[in-house]
Amino acid sequence: MAIEKLLKYEQDSRFPLTLSKSESRLYMSFISFAFIALFVGGLMGLLQVLVRSGYYTLPAGIDYYQVLTVHGVVLGLVLTTYFIIGFQYTLMGKTVGISDTQYRVAWLGFWVMTLGTVMAAITILYGKASVLYTFYAPLQAHPAFYIGLALVIIGSWIACFVNWRQLYVWKKKHPGEKSPLLAFMVVINMIMWFIATLGVAASVLLQFIPWSLGYAATIDVLLSRTLFWYFGHPLVYFWLLPAYMAWYAIIPKIIGGKIFSDSLARLSFVLFLFFSIPVGLHHQLTEPGVQTTWKFVQIILTFMVVVPSLMTAFSMFATFEISGRRKGFGGLFGWFVHLPWKDVRFLAPFVGMLAFIPGGAGGLINASYQLNSVIHNTIWVTGHFHLTVATTVILTFFGITYWLVPHLTGRKLTPSVNRLGIIQTIFWAIGMTIMSAAMHIQGLLGGPRRSSFSEYNGSEQVAEWGAYQVAQAIGGTILFIGIVLMIYIFIKLAFFSPKGNEEFPIAEEEKDAEPTPMWLEKWKLWVAITIALILFAYTIPIMDIIQHAPPGSAPFAWPIGNN
Amino acid sequence: MHLHKYEKWWLIFGVGTLITFLLILGYGAFYLGTHPQSHGITIDPQEIEAEESFKPENLGLTKVDEGQYVLNVVASAFNYDLGTDEEGKPVKHIQIPKGSTVLVQAVTPDVIHGFNIAGTNANMMVEPGFISSMEVTLNKAGEYTLLCNEYCGSGHHMMFATVEVTE
Amino acid sequence: MMKKKTLPNSSSQEPNLKGTIISVSIVGFIIVASWFAVFGLFLSR
Ligand code: HEM
Ligand SMILES: [Cu+2]
Repeated sequence: MAIEKLLKYEQDSRFPLTLSKSESRLYMSFISFAFIALFVGGLMGLLQVLVRSGYYTLPAGIDYYQVLTVHGVVLGLVLTTYFIIGFQYTLMGKTVGISDTQYRVAWLGFWVMTLGTVMAAITILYGKASVLYTFYAPLQAHPAFYIGLALVIIGSWIACFVNWRQLYVWKKKHPGEKSPLLAFMVVINMIMWFIATLGVAASVLLQFIPWSLGYAATIDVLLSRTLFWYFGHPLVYFWLLPAYMAWYAIIPKIIGGKIFSDSLARLSFVLFLFFSIPVGLHHQLTEPGVQTTWKFVQIILTFMVVVPSLMTAFSMFATFEISGRRKGFGGLFGWFVHLPWKDVRFLAPFVGMLAFIPGGAGGLINASYQLNSVIHNTIWVTGHFHLTVATTVILTFFGITYWLVPHLTGRKLTPSVNRLGIIQTIFWAIGMTIMSAAMHIQGLLGGPRRSSFSEYNGSEQVAEWGAYQVAQAIGGTILFIGIVLMIYIFIKLAFFSPKGNEEFPIAEEEKDAEPTPMWLEKWKLWVAITIALILFAYTIPIMDIIQHAPPGSAPFAWPIGNN
Repeated sequence: MHLHKYEKWWLIFGVGTLITFLLILGYGAFYLGTHPQSHGITIDPQEIEAEESFKPENLGLTKVDEGQYVLNVVASAFNYDLGTDEEGKPVKHIQIPKGSTVLVQAVTPDVIHGFNIAGTNANMMVEPGFISSMEVTLNKAGEYTLLCNEYCGSGHHMMFATVEVTE
Repeated sequence: MMKKKTLPNSSSQEPNLKGTIISVSIVGFIIVASWFAVFGLFLSR
């Protein structure tokens, strides 16, 4: 299949390949799974905001935290990972192609991940794993939960191996050429993902599974948390980078422009690889057992990872301005007024970009060492990542869905679905503005996250939070309507839209663009620097954690009702 | 690699801002000594009472000097143990005069908890194996809620007490 | 094509990105303002 395609491949490295029927089925499997997750998780989100408003109690004695575990796992881990892997496969298929063997191995990865997801889901549904998606020890879930998670990770590694191999084979066939931009980005993201998941995999395989099976009597809680957050921060960049791929290399095509700068796009991805991982301690700032100096060192590294996002912000505006001016829209902001607002493939990701402004500003505050104690574990944090992941990333994914799904199923994005998509985007924007703003404010007032409705001590202070929780319920309900709309759109695009050929938009460089310097392809160097930074940032803290470890913790299953 | 003139300006501004933030934070941390808690003192989670501060009779608020207090707390699922009053009833309400400094020390015999006097900077994780501690000064009078802000199980939202800062 | 549209008085052949620099300045302002707002809150507590 792919061999033949590679023969058709022309000298122009940006010439997109066509995706075969069977390939499309593989990619659609990942994406459909993500949309099932969206629906299930969205329903849980609705239940959460309703419970927290104080006007609703869950039926049949369902535990709030079981619902929240489903929400976090299904949206934070399942939806994102499935969509990303599926989307990235399509990018690789389009730019470098996939061989028969790679295709079969990719399916294997899908099934391993899915087996793991189903195992974890069943454990959660039986109430044996209400540990939330971070599964902090010494709360102890049923072993099947941890084994399921391990399988999801291993399945995702298979996707890493396939993607790397895809680019490797292509590069062998095209000696001396730079890799296609999107393939370059996918491979960076998968290198980051692989290095990051080594931490959580070590924790799950060496700590949680033996401990939950009873082979180990105790667990080192702080070590498990540190390994989790070693993974937990790059996790959010693993979500964000596919959105950036679309922003850098797809949106310009949709708005009728060109890539602003191929080399800067690559450079920003390389910087993300460097600085996404050695920063996990910024999630552990208020913990007793981590040294202050190393917390601060990782804060500095965290601030470094802001730089590629600043570059991205500039590139996005510049892309819009240049293509607008080229079309003849002058003045200071004529280009802005004339962006294709009525094209949902643009509008949805654009709203996502806007959300990243307060999202990014909030993230900087969260990471600001002492300031962290103002917001740590308050509902502000939830407000923050519903902007970043649940708006920036998710709306960009929706924006991709509008053309990708019909492209894969051989259908068209019709004007009526486009219109519905615009309504969907507006619902999301309004719902999220209300919910997230209310969460941010309530958080600054001290309201905690991960908490069912409670009047606590009945003080005035707590009463003041009530109004914000009601606002969250209103915003959350609007969001849920947005989810229902999106599911409808997805089904329509996958099964019912008229047959046709929807474009897979991949932007090109300017004809006279400066050539991308070849040093950007120094993969081994990038990986070496990444590892060096990780060793620098983590060796001493982790050695300290192990050497000065307190007696370990026995498992606690009863607090989550797992007895 | 070519950078547009404005992109250079933007990156200089951006990096300058980041450095400014870091300098302010670093000054607060390393010159004024305002760190989030972390002193890494360990404790056996199964024998917290072996530590003088966490013997039942030493729990709760103790005045050590004029305007100086110690607050010893045992956080467990799903309760804050702040000692008992004269009648032997568990203390759920403590009063601290405004402006006094309080050394908070908290431990847990079971799972991870949070310790947050909502609306103040007194915000710590409490983890099995470590003594969490920080010094806080509460400058605004009023009734505050001390609550658990790290998920600890099905009764997590029932874990609270009241801290009253008196005039 | 891109290089023909240059700032009237710019020496290099750069595209006109006035709108862009204004837009990112607004972003920068939001970042700085919100950071100092929370910093002030931290100090006041
Ligand atoms: C209908 C839309 C949604 C609503 C109403 C909603 C609502 C909520 C609420 C109220 C919480 C906090 C609950 C608490 O801390 O007690 C929460 C947590 C969370 N949400 Fe959402 N959400 C929605 C969509 C999403 C989406 C699309 C994503 C991800 C892509 C997402 C990811 C998360 C995650 C990861 C958590 C953290 C769970 C935890 O703390 O363990 N949510 N959501
Ligand atoms: Cu607790």
